[in-house]
Amino acid sequence: MSNGAYTEQELMVAVASREIRDGDVVFVGMRLPILAYAVAISTHAPNARGLFEVGLMRDRPAGAFLGTMGDPPNVAGALWATRMSNVMALMAQGQVDLGFIGGAEVDRFGNLNTSYVGDPAKPKVKLPGSGGGADIAILSRRWVTLMNHERRRLVERVSFVTSPGYGDGSPGWRKRNGILGGGPVAIITTLCVLRFPEGGGEAYVATVHPGHTVDEVREHTGWPVQIDPGVRETAPPTEAELSAVRSRTA
Amino acid sequence: MTMAEAIERFVPDGSTVAMGTSLEPLIPFAAGHELIRQRRRDLELVGPISDALFDQLIGAGCVRRVAAAWVGNVSEGLGHCYRRACEQGVPNAIEVYDHSNFSISLALWAAAWNVPSLPTRTLLGSDILRTNPTLSIGFGMVHVGAVRPDIAIVHVQRADAEGRAHAWGPLGITEEAGLAAGVVIITCEELVDDSVTLSDPNRILFPETKVLAVVHEPGGAHPSPVQGHFKRDHAFYAGYAEQSRTADGFAEWLERWVLDVPDRATYLERVDVDSLRIHHHQYSAPADFGDE
Repeated sequence: MSNGAYTEQELMVAVASREIRDGDVVFVGMRLPILAYAVAISTHAPNARGLFEVGLMRDRPAGAFLGTMGDPPNVAGALWATRMSNVMALMAQGQVDLGFIGGAEVDRFGNLNTSYVGDPAKPKVKLPGSGGGADIAILSRRWVTLMNHERRRLVERVSFVTSPGYGDGSPGWRKRNGILGGGPVAIITTLCVLRFPEGGGEAYVATVHPGHTVDEVREHTGWPVQIDPGVRETAPPTEAELSAVRSRTA
Repeated sequence: MTMAEAIERFVPDGSTVAMGTSLEPLIPFAAGHELIRQRRRDLELVGPISDALFDQLIGAGCVRRVAAAWVGNVSEGLGHCYRRACEQGVPNAIEVYDHSNFSISLALWAAAWNVPSLPTRTLLGSDILRTNPTLSIGFGMVHVGAVRPDIAIVHVQRADAEGRAHAWGPLGITEEAGLAAGVVIITCEELVDDSVTLSDPNRILFPETKVLAVVHEPGGAHPSPVQGHFKRDHAFYAGYAEQSRTADGFAEWLERWVLDVPDRATYLERVDVDSLRIHHHQYSAPADFGDE
């Protein structure tokens, strides 16, 4: 869907790119996050490094289209090609600043499910699984997920926590469970950006994308979602962000 | 040794087999297809993010259990055969030991180092701890039980006849899979003289004492990429995703691409190999191993 000036996906990519700070080490992943990384590098975060669980580190996006992070253009020009456990070592030491995780379902406390819909013993849908998602959710310093905003995806509680956010939402849940990483900082959807209070807890709507309303967000969210009293409109993509993302997708 | 011989001799029914250990590149599809042709049953598959190969083996009825971080079709999404097996028991029910990428790596390192488990902070707070009986919590840490494959099948760019294999690009969990496994089968793009492999011993993946067989199988990783040799065949993955949506569609796919082809050379005649071949080579600088 487009309002004429940019597409929904271009907006999500631009918003995701702003989560990347200059100098960050970013666990990138695929699809929209890889575009977000490219946009960040060519705008405000030229010194961000990308890390890929397949066993790669880069300081710029690949020079050609990627179907997967292990495609040859992602290896050519890499800063480091190695084994996965070496990349995980950096993350285990708290040296990964930001991770992106894809998910099928997310709940009000930022927990992600990518494993089972329904009873794991007799699942209604068997999803592919964690991949590196659980590792990023637990070990990176902060993380972000991107999702289509649908009631079946933004649910009250996920039936299976593949990648933990703030658990049951009680104060200190992550710490009590021995988790060192900081947890989710944003859920970027097709309608809005949800954020979390300092120290974690329940997601709230921080900004609503241009052309959408708070009511629409409420209607498509599977729990009575909290709205920031100071809720604003999501800043649309800048010219620089748009030209960066378009140069990657043209 | 031919692929048919290697699989016939060294991978019996009921084996625990690690494959696809570099995640998306270097996936030993040719070996997997030979397992299907020889109607292997009751295999336990071990892998990290495993691309469509695991889905195909599951759909063909070869698999009893999967211990992996992710089973699907990386560029396309869900694994339809995996779904049918888990949700409907078609063609047979399978057991799933869920892992993350990090935990399956640790499970293999534990086996490689011959210890019952390794502690880690990953998976704390994840429900994966509830569904995988080889994971436990103690002293505030997750203990990842060792996973010891009987065999690891690894595709590489080049190897010599003694089993000294050179692979480059990201390695995923290949090294720990090979060290953990009882034995290793190497499949390779190029079979080279040992003067090539021994010129760079740092690049040799496994001790030759682990390697049981070397199969020269050019194109043996298609549709996955091989750095310096082949690009990824994205369209092939998309076609597989579409056809495997139904059990009948998968059966047709399997007939055309596996059961109806006697070997990899015949398979490759059905693929536009030239469009996938990498033509612009970028060689690394040689390392000087001089000693006097």
